[in-house]
Amino acid sequence: MRTLRFLLRKEFTQIVRDKLMLRQMILLPIIQLLVLASAATFEVKTARMFVVDLDRTESSRGLINSFRASGRFVIDGSSASMEPASEALLQRTASLIVRIPTDFERDVVRTKSAPLQIIFNAEDGAAAGITSSYAQQIITAYARQLGAELRPTITDAPVMEVRARGWYNAELNYRDYMIPGILVQLVTVVGTLLTAMNIVREKEIGTLDQLNVTPVPRSAFIAGKLIPLWAIALIELTIGLLVARFLFDVPMRGSIPLVFFCAAVYLVAALGIGLWISTLVETQQQAMFVTFFIIMIYLLMSGLFTPIRSMPDWAQWMAQLNPVKHFIGIMRAILLKGAGLRDVAAPLSILAGFGVVVLTLAVRQYAKRAA
Amino acid sequence: MRSALRAFVVKEMRHILRDRQTLTVLLAMPLVQVVLFGYALRSDVRNIRVAVVDASPDVETTALRDRFRATNRFRVVGSTSTLASVEPMFRQGKADMALVFEPGFAENLASETPAKVLLAIDASDPNTGTTTEAYARAVIQQYENDLTERRGAVRIKTETRMRFNPTLESVNLFVPGLIALVLTLVSALMTAISLSREKERGTLEVLLVSPLRPWQVIVGKVLPYLVLAFANAVTALFAAWLIFQVPIRGSVTLLLAQSMLYAIVSLSLGVLIASVTSSQRTAMFGALLGTMLPSTLLSGMIFPITSMPRPLQLLSNIIPARWFIVIARGIMLKGVGLEHLWKETLVLSVMTAVLMVASIRSFKPRIA
Repeated sequence: MRTLRFLLRKEFTQIVRDKLMLRQMILLPIIQLLVLASAATFEVKTARMFVVDLDRTESSRGLINSFRASGRFVIDGSSASMEPASEALLQRTASLIVRIPTDFERDVVRTKSAPLQIIFNAEDGAAAGITSSYAQQIITAYARQLGAELRPTITDAPVMEVRARGWYNAELNYRDYMIPGILVQLVTVVGTLLTAMNIVREKEIGTLDQLNVTPVPRSAFIAGKLIPLWAIALIELTIGLLVARFLFDVPMRGSIPLVFFCAAVYLVAALGIGLWISTLVETQQQAMFVTFFIIMIYLLMSGLFTPIRSMPDWAQWMAQLNPVKHFIGIMRAILLKGAGLRDVAAPLSILAGFGVVVLTLAVRQYAKRAA
Repeated sequence: MRSALRAFVVKEMRHILRDRQTLTVLLAMPLVQVVLFGYALRSDVRNIRVAVVDASPDVETTALRDRFRATNRFRVVGSTSTLASVEPMFRQGKADMALVFEPGFAENLASETPAKVLLAIDASDPNTGTTTEAYARAVIQQYENDLTERRGAVRIKTETRMRFNPTLESVNLFVPGLIALVLTLVSALMTAISLSREKERGTLEVLLVSPLRPWQVIVGKVLPYLVLAFANAVTALFAAWLIFQVPIRGSVTLLLAQSMLYAIVSLSLGVLIASVTSSQRTAMFGALLGTMLPSTLLSGMIFPITSMPRPLQLLSNIIPARWFIVIARGIMLKGVGLEHLWKETLVLSVMTAVLMVASIRSFKPRIA
């Protein structure tokens, strides 16, 4: 126990000594939350539209006005031929072209049916899909209006009334939803990367060999390495939570001690992965690359940025084995929905199991290597 | 002097080739990423599970429900008669949306009163929630249009075309960003680490008192990584083309030349980071903060830049990856050449010049 205390003191001294590192550690959560929380959205606020009006009648102008009045579209240019429009799409100054063919008004009056073309720049796939739906709503409403003007006998009251209600997050607040996930990403990166690099650094400098010939037991060495990093990751989480609470006003409905308890369990798995990586590699460069590689796969498959249910079945199944995914689920449940220990018991026990297995494997691997 | 530089490059090459693990990860990474992005990651929402709440089913509600079923996005997973029974389905994650009809839907459709539909959407993920709503509204709209046409109301037939990516395949959009990511990772991160490693070990001083000039040290350091980065970009591109038939409509030569330009920007950034940090660990965190994070999130790779708040949109302008992605998408999806991309190319070139000067400047005082 005495040995462990000395080892811990050594580790903490080394960490506190590195001022640049400390500054980065405080900066990292703030920047991540600041950038990630606001950047990670597919919402389309306004789309820039290019109009090719070949009809130039009251009806065609009315349609364009409907688009403008909706507030979702900004008219960025218009011309009487397709070339400038197409050029605007290539130059990315417009994200869609609305082409109103000649005889638009005549067709409406005579046949009650008129064609219209909309061409999207599908470079941003998700945005194009959503914009298309908005455009369709405007067009339908306008058609109804035209019908009422033509035959005043039919009212222009809508045939159907569609209302939508978002449950669980009525204001569709992206930030509140993203922040718990970003905090998970933060502790994962910090925990795993620091563990892997810290141990490999001793290897690279040659001090690991020195430690191995001292009477320090292996368990004390590993505990001496992991405990400070575990603490750092929790401190990092604290900073992150404080930033989230006071800078971003993220609701924290559930119990904060429970958040820390779950994080403490989760970090065993995260640090275990770091330890395991450190046994496999020789240099810090390698450690960093292998860690990045693994963390990247974990994060991309965790549903943080893209919905899991849009993935194919095998990928959804793989996601079940992903500790990051479970911890994100737990964090969201506690912070946003106010879930208690009982609600998160199932994913928490998966995390605990994962942690035990990974740590055991890593320690055994370490023993084998060092022997 | 020439031969000294050559010898130095050879030494550096050996360092890289000797390190099998890093090399394996470096070569496998673009492949794994392409496969993951291609198969598993979709920014698009699919497979939306719909619970239908219909207290009194009639012809119209059945028809509309079939419309949902006929799309490849929606899947009807159950139908009940009260909204309350949908709630547990939402909570257990068995349904994503409820399509709620009011009683007497068909009668209301036939009469003057508007027939009411409610879309209750699990919006705990707002991104998915918004997209789900948009798609559901589109289906209902189509149905309404067909209905009113039968009654002789005016109808505007919209023909929609998704230019440059007709099927809205996510992989087509991700691959250009992926190439940027791989290039950043290899160029910026590896250079930063490799340089700060020499610093940490004290071998950089040895190099600086050698007859090599500082710029030669830098060139010798970055050249092998440039080659590696380039090989990676080609691998990713080839894999994407082979496995997912990602189109390359424009000139491949131009694309590769632009990748090279982007790799040089990243390398300069890596050198700059290495010269202001003192250990591998801080260099790594610096590279992480300064390159990786912005290149994935502020570059428009996954999330459209136009959706971001104004300050972030402005910030994205100083991120090299943002410009490279526009270029890569332009060449690959739109098939345009320099005549449309000169602006972005110019921005990247200026960035390269500035970063190179800055990195060599900040590197120099260290010989004193």
